[in-house]
Amino acid sequence: MPHDHHDHFHHEGLSPSGHPYRSDNDEPLSYWQCMEIAVRELLIEKGQITPAEIAVQIDAMDARSPANGAAVVARAWVDPAFKQRLLDNAGDASREMGFDIGPLNLIAVENTADTHNLIVCTLCSCYPRNLLGLPPDWYKTREYRSRAVREPRAVLREFGVDLPAGTTVRVHDSTADMRYIVLPARPNGTDSMTETELASLVTRDSMIGTGLPRQP
Amino acid sequence: MADRVRVKSMMPPGHVRAPAYLRGKTGYIERPLGAFGNPEQLAYGLKADKKPLYRVRFTMAEIWGDDAENPSDTLDAEIYDHWLERL
Repeated sequence: MPHDHHDHFHHEGLSPSGHPYRSDNDEPLSYWQCMEIAVRELLIEKGQITPAEIAVQIDAMDARSPANGAAVVARAWVDPAFKQRLLDNAGDASREMGFDIGPLNLIAVENTADTHNLIVCTLCSCYPRNLLGLPPDWYKTREYRSRAVREPRAVLREFGVDLPAGTTVRVHDSTADMRYIVLPARPNGTDSMTETELASLVTRDSMIGTGLPRQP
Repeated sequence: MADRVRVKSMMPPGHVRAPAYLRGKTGYIERPLGAFGNPEQLAYGLKADKKPLYRVRFTMAEIWGDDAENPSDTLDAEIYDHWLERL
């Protein structure tokens, strides 16, 4: 009866409410984390940058989210000329919509009736952060990075995407200066939806290729 | 006919962005991307030469042989010119 406390007796390793203590997930700083802190504090001490400037940059990155990419995808679904510009130069098309993506070199790859695209960075964690914000944790794991190029269909099934054998899977390894966004196929039954409503169907995973857009 | 290329199978030390699993593999240039600073110099704070960069498309059969999950699926990667041999 772990929730009875009448005897004021606590087992070793149990909290007063009778639950086992869970170990903290704090870990010692890594070498590179220490290096980052040291360099940041030196830059501040020497007057090169201010804490406020750093906070502004962190806020700017945190303000980026998959909603930005969803807006781009929805625009491409309703505007064929924009879609063509997106496929020609996805960075410029995103800037045209007013997104501040800095120097991002972005390529959009289109899912069609017979092609499905999947994005990975096997070498590290390259991701279109300047448009979509920070990547999900799993995107940076060795498991995803190694298996996405080795057995993409098995990985997709684990994400709930079971592709017909006739679909060609194209995996894109972000090995250098480009970043990638999947332009998912527009779901059927959405003809009467507005651009804003369409954007609400576009998930982060559908722009990585590990998911499909929501059905209306 | 698209340009067929092979990724050089050299194994130099240091920071390189040509993945080991593609070295020695043959593909074709899907599109040229322009010239970018060589990461093998940039990584060490050196003045970087601009190197042409290409998206190279490989079949899964070429990369993984008989172990390929689906041989005709493809993998695209960005490879710098100095890592490519024209075939």
